[in-house]
Amino acid sequence: MNNGKRSRFLFTVTCFGMAFLYIPMIMLIVYSFNYSKIVPVWGGFSTRWYTVLFESEVVWKSVILSLKVATVNAFFATIIGTLAGLALVRFGRFKGRTLFSGMITAPLVMPEVITGLSLLLMFITLKELFGWPDKRGFTTITIAHITFSMAFVAVIIQSRLAGMAQDLEEAAQDLGAKPFRVLTDITLPLLAPGMLAGWLLAFTMSLDDLIIASFVSGPGAVTLPMLIYSRVRVGLRPDINALATIIILVVATGVLIAAWIMFRQQKQRQLELQMSDED
Amino acid sequence: MPDPSNYTDRPWMDPEAEPFIKVQSVSKHFGDFTAVDNVDLEIYKGELFSLLGGSGCGKTTLLRMLAGFETPSSGYIFIDGVNMNDVPPYERPINMMFQSYALFPHMNVEKNVAYGLRRDGIAGDEINQRVDDMLAMVELTQFRKRKPHQLSGGQRQRVALARALVKQPKVLLLDEPLAALDKRLRENTQFELMNIQDQLGVTFVVVTHDQEEAMTLSTRIAVMDAGRFMQIGTPTEIYEFPESRLVANFIGSANMFQGRITENGPDHVIVQCKQPDCEFYIDHGVSIQEGNKVWVAVRPEKITISSEASDYNGNNCIKGIVHDIGYLGKLSTYRVKTADETLIDVTSPNLARPKDGNLAMDWDDEVYLSWEASSAVVLTK
Repeated sequence: MNNGKRSRFLFTVTCFGMAFLYIPMIMLIVYSFNYSKIVPVWGGFSTRWYTVLFESEVVWKSVILSLKVATVNAFFATIIGTLAGLALVRFGRFKGRTLFSGMITAPLVMPEVITGLSLLLMFITLKELFGWPDKRGFTTITIAHITFSMAFVAVIIQSRLAGMAQDLEEAAQDLGAKPFRVLTDITLPLLAPGMLAGWLLAFTMSLDDLIIASFVSGPGAVTLPMLIYSRVRVGLRPDINALATIIILVVATGVLIAAWIMFRQQKQRQLELQMSDED
Repeated sequence: MPDPSNYTDRPWMDPEAEPFIKVQSVSKHFGDFTAVDNVDLEIYKGELFSLLGGSGCGKTTLLRMLAGFETPSSGYIFIDGVNMNDVPPYERPINMMFQSYALFPHMNVEKNVAYGLRRDGIAGDEINQRVDDMLAMVELTQFRKRKPHQLSGGQRQRVALARALVKQPKVLLLDEPLAALDKRLRENTQFELMNIQDQLGVTFVVVTHDQEEAMTLSTRIAVMDAGRFMQIGTPTEIYEFPESRLVANFIGSANMFQGRITENGPDHVIVQCKQPDCEFYIDHGVSIQEGNKVWVAVRPEKITISSEASDYNGNNCIKGIVHDIGYLGKLSTYRVKTADETLIDVTSPNLARPKDGNLAMDWDDEVYLSWEASSAVVLTK
């Protein structure tokens, strides 16, 4: 009796939580199929806003810019972040280590407007002094994104390295591997999952970012979040609903694929464990 | 004089033998902490040398300095006559078996074993041949494609051993090689290790906290405490003739009594103790003045326990009652309380099966303890 009551309570709470999370998204998806141009008024089912969207050159340009920035950013952020993590965990106590470790995590807590403003200031000063970057756009946005997302990568790598026993690297050295071989043969392969996680995080954070990109972008360079924000600022628009629906679909597919891969890996590991038990 | 023909087995006795590993006044400090305190050590070719001590005694630090993972704060390490101080780990003629085994989790057994040979740039055919031979020796041929996490603890230990030995190092360092194995596997592996060492003639240096392991494996043992060597010697020397109370207590157990020397002859000493109130007649001379304070150590198994008073003649024997009994199957340990409340431990083999389930000796029985004049050791520190 008591048990039944409790589970009913849990059920209600879960439903409420789920509704809170997903009703806004469902509304968005439903309204993206609305024929009417005025968003909250239902005018019948239609896919006309998707057609409008696909025919819009501005939208395509912003999608491509966002993906380009995110990819290049994730690539460099992973490299620099990994190196920073390695320096912090593996090179012992070098001079200024505490300062370095504090400074590398600063972008994690810094308000984005400050980061954006300071980067803009830097780019303007650089242009005054060296004439570079001559116009703000893809390059400046990418550099700005690398500066903050590499901090996240460094933190991920740092925690993964700290959990990784150092004796594997020592064993490799003992067997005749010079430090660089140890890095390529042992450390990096073992860090690969952490680097992949870091890459994905840097990629999504770059796709996500509106504030910093708005600061350091120039005329003509509009990322996807900037486009969405500038369009809805003057009022809800059905074609943006369609765009958001597509983004939700892409993200959901990605999450499902990741979950499926993880599920398979876990099954594989269980199988292997059973195999070793049988001996 | 030792017989020169014995030098092959006991190179440390040979005045002309060159030590293979020479540790010369080496210290290691970590901040304020001194892990290794000005030690000297000579290990000869083909030895199976154990560094024995409790945790934090500096044995692992010393081993890591031999491997090259730590540099000495002062002093020198020579291997085969070459100063190793500035030689990085990857250029030393030494391989190490880690306590955790440190197998590369992303490589299978075969690749793990071949890794060291690959780094040396050895030709592919030879690598395959040597890996095959080594896997056959440790009986892991059918597991060669397995990853480390698909192996049992004993199998992993053998992979680690194969990986370290395949490079044919001059010295193999083993950090607590048997600690992670269960008791039964440990005993088998001990003998396997000794066989392999015998076959290959590699010098083994073993770090262990397990005195039994050190006793069975080693040609010589160095007992360490607080960064210093307490005693270096063969297992028999260390067990039978400990130089200090610490060593006597660390290796096996010992009954320790404080007393004063009352008579110091050329071939014997007599020590008068207060607790138990008893005179110890010991048949080896010591270079200590009469009247000095000393300790007498007697191993529990060297004391005879008997319910008959026949042996009781006042010398090297004492009366007491059984205070406690521990029945261990093949032997029993007795704790005997003397008239002055001193507790003495005695172990005695259970030669006959107890009648009607009753042991030969029972609680509160009156018993007589006696020991040979050669059984006790006089200790000054």
